[in-house]
Amino acid sequence: MTSTEKNRANRPTTTLLIKGGHLIDPAARIDAPMDVLLKDGRVAEVAPPHKIKGADEKFDARGLIVAPGFIDLHVHLREPGQTHKETIATGTAAAAAGGFTSVCTMPNTAPVVDSVEWIEWLRQPERGAIVNVFVIAAATRASKGVTLTDFRALHTAGAIAVTDDGKPILDDAIMREALVLGGELNFPVVQHAEDTRMTENCSMHAGARSFRLGLRGMTAAAEASIVERDVQLAMHIPNARLHVAHLSTADALKSVRRGKRAKARVTFEVTPHHFTLTDEDMRDYDSNYKMNPPLRSASDLEAILAALADGTVDAIATDHAPHAAHEKEMEFEGAAFGITGLETALALAITRLHREKRIPVARIVELFTAGPARCFDLRGRGSLVRGSVGDVTVFDPKKKWTFDAAKSRSKSKNTPFDGWQLTGKAVATIVAGKMVYSG
Amino acid sequence: MNPARGSLLGIEHLEATEILRLLKFARRMNPDKPRPLLKGKRVLLLFYEASTRTRSSFEIAAKTMGAHTVLIQASGSSIEKGESLLDTGYTVRAVGADIIVIRHPNAGAPYIMAQHIDVPVINAGDGLHEHPSQALLDAYTILRNKKTFKGLQIAIVGDIFHSRVARSACHLLSKFGVKIILCGPPELAPDIATTLAPGVRVTRHIDDALRGTDVVMLLRVQKERLSGLKIDLPEYIARYQMNPARLKMAKKDAIVMHPGPIIRGLELTSEIADGAQSRILEEVRYGVPTRMAILARAMGKMR
Repeated sequence: MTSTEKNRANRPTTTLLIKGGHLIDPAARIDAPMDVLLKDGRVAEVAPPHKIKGADEKFDARGLIVAPGFIDLHVHLREPGQTHKETIATGTAAAAAGGFTSVCTMPNTAPVVDSVEWIEWLRQPERGAIVNVFVIAAATRASKGVTLTDFRALHTAGAIAVTDDGKPILDDAIMREALVLGGELNFPVVQHAEDTRMTENCSMHAGARSFRLGLRGMTAAAEASIVERDVQLAMHIPNARLHVAHLSTADALKSVRRGKRAKARVTFEVTPHHFTLTDEDMRDYDSNYKMNPPLRSASDLEAILAALADGTVDAIATDHAPHAAHEKEMEFEGAAFGITGLETALALAITRLHREKRIPVARIVELFTAGPARCFDLRGRGSLVRGSVGDVTVFDPKKKWTFDAAKSRSKSKNTPFDGWQLTGKAVATIVAGKMVYSG
Repeated sequence: MNPARGSLLGIEHLEATEILRLLKFARRMNPDKPRPLLKGKRVLLLFYEASTRTRSSFEIAAKTMGAHTVLIQASGSSIEKGESLLDTGYTVRAVGADIIVIRHPNAGAPYIMAQHIDVPVINAGDGLHEHPSQALLDAYTILRNKKTFKGLQIAIVGDIFHSRVARSACHLLSKFGVKIILCGPPELAPDIATTLAPGVRVTRHIDDALRGTDVVMLLRVQKERLSGLKIDLPEYIARYQMNPARLKMAKKDAIVMHPGPIIRGLELTSEIADGAQSRILEEVRYGVPTRMAILARAMGKMR
């Protein structure tokens, strides 16, 4: 492709009319049949059916839900350095297939993304991203938890948040400092809440099942104690913004609820696997059930479902964590933590939350759009009001399908949901007015 | 892939009738009389962890039945060079293994092996999980001494949490209605252990555990598996060590068992280890016929 052709391909000079669909835009309080016109990569008009005329291209969305482009706050794209697991190209292809128009990539790579140079590198077009990639930078140098990175420089370079994900920021003083500095810059500090002093050699949740299987268990307290500390800090530091990654326990949820009631700027995400599976579901030491935080107890799952339904949860995030087969097919205790999730998140939400638990589709859309956009201040995203970025997810909430991990667009196939019959699927993923996936 | 027929991965999912078949067959096995049921077969002993009793008795059991045995240990093999569990498995299969006996520090390692290798896999102890051949030889020992499981009560004292022997014993004895009392401090005998199988109870008091019991099983405090857990040994000895005075609280004909290795002066005194009620060496002896039965079953020769 010549550079002129490339430019033309990247510049959506045409208009795209998404017509006949049912628009759910929670931020704009719209849940009605609406047509959406995209022009020059932006939303040009939203109007009741048949009002908008004349577009270069039309997408027939009859029987489908039209929503703001989905945002995943927690994805491991594995670049730089771990391209045997995933690349930005393969990871964003999986994201597009799952209906995500934006993903936030985690910095626990090789090397750790803790500098402006790596942020710039990640944002280069050569990486081959087909959806928006927002960079979350490391909170401490090499994520060692000792010295804070240069928040101001990272922020200016375009990072949207900081974290040492994969590991917690354990040291009280460092976490306080991170929240103080983050508060000054309006920069969310994302915490992987795990007191690793309590989880040495642990590979699943501490409970009856871990005892039976002879696996050392991570207690709920190891998560809840860090969340409690962080919420306390956030409550007392002006403007501090705390985002709790992949919250998995009822006890941690209590702390977050308390922080939110006290008007602290505390947000959190939950993953599809934590609202779908419990520690009892793992069979025969299958490491596709091994992730961190681990699958928790049935009562933790119930607490999370309640928080999803009552509006407390801010976002659903996948914690998409691809690993090569040889890093998973081994002794459970030695296997890598993490599962893929981009292509199953929407379907698990529809299947588990809507069809089984009767949570309205509009609430699910909020958890994929307005909610995550608010967590990290993603301006112009998470809603389709006129002038917003033309990121749109069109999905069929009734489509029944079977997930085949072997056909995943991700480079890795480590998922417990292989062969699952699910309901709900992305039909079109549109990024800045350009269709990047249709299925 | 499903585990090959004849695999023995744990007691939890083994039927009571199958356990009785194994024990019955073991009764017919005499280590002093060679029975060439495994003539020409190759038994690979894959030991990733130290072992005296289990390894030697599997080896003697296999040889008594006419099999060739090859021992592979972590040190001195490719395991040391970083070969993965499955690659080692594929390798020994390619060499011609007919049965793989595996001991491994990680729970579930034999399952992973059995899911990928098409020969019977026998779990000779996996991490904190299970030690099925030990549970079977313990059951054999109990039956030789008590004739029946009916109405029996067993006290298992010591480090339950880190013990695969305790887990397998609980699964096995529970299937036959034995009353099981686990005894130790909360770090070693957590309350969650009662969820293991029906009929399991936990107590902190040794008197409570011993009163009226038929079998006392002692377990070693596994220093190598404590993983940062601090145990106050003098306190442990004061509260839980088995000595003649304490043993008097059990039934008069109670037997004392221990899977070994024993640490004299810690979980038991020498008077107990060498005393009239001790069946510790008897257990070791019964390990051979029990493992002969396990190997015969692996090759479909348990008839």
